Amino acid sequence: MERTAIRRRLTWQVGTVTDVRRETETARTLVLEVPEWQGHLAGQHLDVRLTAEDGYRASRSYSVASAWTGDTIELTVEQVPRGEVSPYLVDVLKVGDPLEIRGPVGGWFVWTPEQEGPVQLIGGGSGVVPLRAMLRAHAAAASTTKARLLYSVRRPESVIYVSDLKELAASDDVDVRLVYTREAPAGEPRIGRIDADLISQYAFKPEDGATTYVCGPTPFVETVADLLVAAGHDPAKVRTERFGPTGGPR
Amino acid sequence: MSDYLDGNVAAGPLSELFAVDLTAAIAQCNGCGHTTVFAESRVYADAPGLVARCVGCDSVLLRIVTTPNDTYLDLRGLTYLRVPTT
Amino acid sequence: MNIVSPGFTGRRRGGTELPPGQYLTHEFPVLSAGPTPHVRTEHWEFTVTTESGEMYRWDWPALMALPAEEITKDIHCVTRWSKLQTTWKGVSLDTLLADVETGADYAMAHSYGGYTTNLPLEDLLDGQSWIAYEYDDEPLDPEHGGPARLLVPHLYFWKSAKWVRGLVLSDTEDLGFWETAGYHEYGDPWKEQRYAGD
Repeated sequence: MERTAIRRRLTWQVGTVTDVRRETETARTLVLEVPEWQGHLAGQHLDVRLTAEDGYRASRSYSVASAWTGDTIELTVEQVPRGEVSPYLVDVLKVGDPLEIRGPVGGWFVWTPEQEGPVQLIGGGSGVVPLRAMLRAHAAAASTTKARLLYSVRRPESVIYVSDLKELAASDDVDVRLVYTREAPAGEPRIGRIDADLISQYAFKPEDGATTYVCGPTPFVETVADLLVAAGHDPAKVRTERFGPTGGPR
Repeated sequence: MSDYLDGNVAAGPLSELFAVDLTAAIAQCNGCGHTTVFAESRVYADAPGLVARCVGCDSVLLRIVTTPNDTYLDLRGLTYLRVPTT
Repeated sequence: MNIVSPGFTGRRRGGTELPPGQYLTHEFPVLSAGPTPHVRTEHWEFTVTTESGEMYRWDWPALMALPAEEITKDIHCVTRWSKLQTTWKGVSLDTLLADVETGADYAMAHSYGGYTTNLPLEDLLDGQSWIAYEYDDEPLDPEHGGPARLLVPHLYFWKSAKWVRGLVLSDTEDLGFWETAGYHEYGDPWKEQRYAGD
């Protein structure tokens, strides 16, 4: 992407919902058409702002779930229990509705096909969203960079992008490994969180020179980042993004 | 208790003020000298504003408060922000 | 730009018992600008420093020895939640300041962890504020400011400094942590004094 595309102050713009896809019982993907969108890098996020009839506003930040190929952008939203913005995005917003967004933002947790070295992606829960955008960018660029995804979920029904991940994993250069923490599908003996053994078995080795992207709730990210550093990975090549529910509207 | 997020969450409000992305800048803590990418600092977001703190010493690096008419930006806790220009 | 999000109401707001712009919650949201200090009561102390530099000091047993009050008050956070009829136990600042000689007009509350907030001294007196150490009949949890926090329920809740460790009294008004970053110097929820200039 041209640097000029991100070298500007951002303001709010309006997108229109053109499609919605239910991913799990609590997560939904929104497809948006945003006429003014200038493109984004895989891993970047945007802010969503909702305005009620009386002018009351609430905004939240979401990772873009898709790679930019010139037409639409996708957001995948996981409903936060007793949340204010996510229940609206998951259950109320419909095709044809407008949605105010500001973005793309964030220049650190991004991957571009020009980047050197293999790419290791490690996601917990909906932390997989920006990682999926990276794999989509990988596919869109027909990149031959080796990419691996470790995706930690509670149970099989919690997996988002099921068919998409299958399709991505069909590439010789992409490897997808699911980790189940509560309940595993038939034939998967391992139930448990990502640990040192799993990292040494499925992640790139420190000498492979991979850049690692870890995204998930804060405790997940801290644990995985510590495991990586303890296994000898260069902390400078581990990029992290933490998310969590927020306490109130801002 | 992990009640913090990280510097990535400040990208939105900072983008309203600056044309370059500051979350990828190298930040030095004025308290202890710890130097890291700003995106990797701890940000406390469940608060009246965003408060970024040093991973090394918990000192405040940066604060952002968005009011209906203004954005307050406090950078006192940073010795410098090194922004890549190429 | 005036885009309304179709079908979006946000959290239910209003009601005559609530200050303007607030919504009612039955939970107790935890707001924090930094890591939660874990201060053991055997290391805890509370000090009052006057404008002349004189310092008054209480340790935990000294605080416990003072007459405590049961307090039932509504609380209002500037992030727009309000919680009604919260119950606390603590020592009135009238009791703590009874023997403090001062002519100061202002107080800065200081907390373990470095937080500060400023208040007019008169807002701490006449049964308006407490050093609270129990919430809902339980010792105050560290995430809510335990072992002891300032409780000034008639102002926005950021004034009720968690993990309070002292007051510094002064003739001049200095601004605290949020007040130096755009929040109102006084913070009356009924006048909706959220931001500087409101």
